[in-house]
Amino acid sequence: MPTYEVDGRSYAVDEDGFLENPEIWNEDVAKDFASSEGVDELTEDHWKVINYIRKYYIEFGIAPMIRKLCKESGFKLNEIYQLFPSGPAKGACKLAGLPKPTGCV
Amino acid sequence: MKEENTPTPEQLVSIDFEPPRKSWMDPAVKFRKGTYCYSGVAKHVKYLDLPNPREWQPTDSDWKLPPDWKKIILDGMKERLEKYRSFRLFMDICVRCGACADKCHFYVGSGDPKNMPVLRAELLRSVYRRYFTTAGKLGRLAGARDLDEGVLKEWFYYFFQCTECRRCSVFCPYGIDTAEVTMIGRELLNLVGCNINWVIEPVSNCFRTGNHLGIQPHGFKDSIDFAADDLEEITGIKVDAPINKKGAEILFIVPSADYFASPHYYTLLGYMLLFHEIGLDYTFSAYASEGGNFGLFTSHEMIKRLNNKIYAEAKRLGVKWILGGECGHMWRVMHQYMDTMNGPADFLEEPVSPVTGTRFENAMTTRMVHICEFTADLLKNNRLKLDPGRNNHRRVTFHDSCNPARAMGLLEEPRYILQSACNHFYEMPENTIREQTFCCGAGAGLGTDENMEMRMRGGFPRANAVKYVHDKYNVNMLTCICAIDKATLPTLMDYWVPGVEVGGVHELLANALIVEGERERTTDLRGDSMEQSGAETTDA
Repeated sequence: MPTYEVDGRSYAVDEDGFLENPEIWNEDVAKDFASSEGVDELTEDHWKVINYIRKYYIEFGIAPMIRKLCKESGFKLNEIYQLFPSGPAKGACKLAGLPKPTGCV
Repeated sequence: MKEENTPTPEQLVSIDFEPPRKSWMDPAVKFRKGTYCYSGVAKHVKYLDLPNPREWQPTDSDWKLPPDWKKIILDGMKERLEKYRSFRLFMDICVRCGACADKCHFYVGSGDPKNMPVLRAELLRSVYRRYFTTAGKLGRLAGARDLDEGVLKEWFYYFFQCTECRRCSVFCPYGIDTAEVTMIGRELLNLVGCNINWVIEPVSNCFRTGNHLGIQPHGFKDSIDFAADDLEEITGIKVDAPINKKGAEILFIVPSADYFASPHYYTLLGYMLLFHEIGLDYTFSAYASEGGNFGLFTSHEMIKRLNNKIYAEAKRLGVKWILGGECGHMWRVMHQYMDTMNGPADFLEEPVSPVTGTRFENAMTTRMVHICEFTADLLKNNRLKLDPGRNNHRRVTFHDSCNPARAMGLLEEPRYILQSACNHFYEMPENTIREQTFCCGAGAGLGTDENMEMRMRGGFPRANAVKYVHDKYNVNMLTCICAIDKATLPTLMDYWVPGVEVGGVHELLANALIVEGERERTTDLRGDSMEQSGAETTDA
């Protein structure tokens, strides 16, 4: 099982670097994973997206639809790409501690 | 999303593949990042009761195969040679004429001779000859070779570098279906636990929650309700979108990406608005909430089990017939396998359009109709009012998604819809469309990010044809009728032809659809202004 190491902390992750156990997530985990997604500092805007995804995940067991994420967070898709360079399904979900979505996506 | 170490288009287009200096029969596979997919994760392999769940990756030297793996493969081959006459035929009849060689998008994009369909199939044929033919006892002289771990690893590499698109089959004078060779190759690999996660996890999720993404019923409802609210904001009309409604006339099946990902989602809005306008009595299902059948990329057994869910749900809900959305390989399963696996579905009624009265005789055994056939029939009978001017900001071309085109011959219907709904429609060159369509480069479960270099290579011929119409006619929208296309073509376009967006046929239909009681539309379904000219969008 691959691990992601940062400042002496070690996380079990999948091959794409997504947290293996989404339940251990907390805000410190998001901060630790930020650099792996090319995010230097988590701003208020980042947290808005991360917290919305996390809240949705706890209720529904899955990431929100991309369109719903944009509408509810108030960011356009390209703005989300500016915040999380690898996009909502990969970058934002990774920092929110979700598994990577699979299928025709 | 491009992986960090994906080569640039300039690097990638200068193909410098040099085959190793030994016989092609000696396997020489190197699992290099960007050219292979990660292995199936043990928990998903286990969930499906598939053999040999374990932690491993193709880059490991020890693949942790079962001790008797060779016997398992050869027994499996024997069983399939007896069960599938097509498989034995395809093993025997190839004369290596090479007509298929340069028809494969992976060969065109990679230059690797083992991606020529003839040679890819020969990787399996050489083992078939060795163990199942008399001449094969002569060994290499007779084109036969021993099965060893190197050969197995080579199978894995190349059978997961074939998207089962079947373009090569169109040109084969013997009609060999190379996709079926790949399917058997993958099925054999599965017997010893060698599969990829981008296939296995969706299959496992599909059994667990009904769809590839693992969306549970309350999440499904949340997404469909959200789409209905979104449509109300755009059109002023509140549409009804029933889920699990017993006694509805029609069960409607979509790929799960339609209610999760973008740009798929705009096609979902399109279906829902259309059904409202014609007053269709239909229902979604939270159980059969997936059109895609990644069983096609796993094994025949898995195709059957997944396909059966749709019919079990049709029976439970008591619908008359089934309508299917813009899904790709679902239609290969429906058109070519369903009938003998789970059919005939004679507990359902013969599909008849409740609006036009047209009987869909082509769907008499599966009782399942493609949404493009259904909608083209509505248009042909003048049952829809369209304002194609609402798509004037789109200069459109159509990518024939491999399976609807080659596996069911759905060539005219999507074009009829697009030409009715758009004023600016342009075809790509004729040897890249219709039954000769080039694959997106990411079908058959290969649309995953770690495989990015091969995706960009395999998608190159398609992208090159899009570039032609982009340069010549300012085409800025590539439409398609497959969820894998909608997921992977945007990345391909950003890489090879920036400035071209990807959309669905029913998205553009619904942009143009005049709905009774709607308010004046100021944007299209994406929220984009309809005022821009196509050329401006392209240059932006």
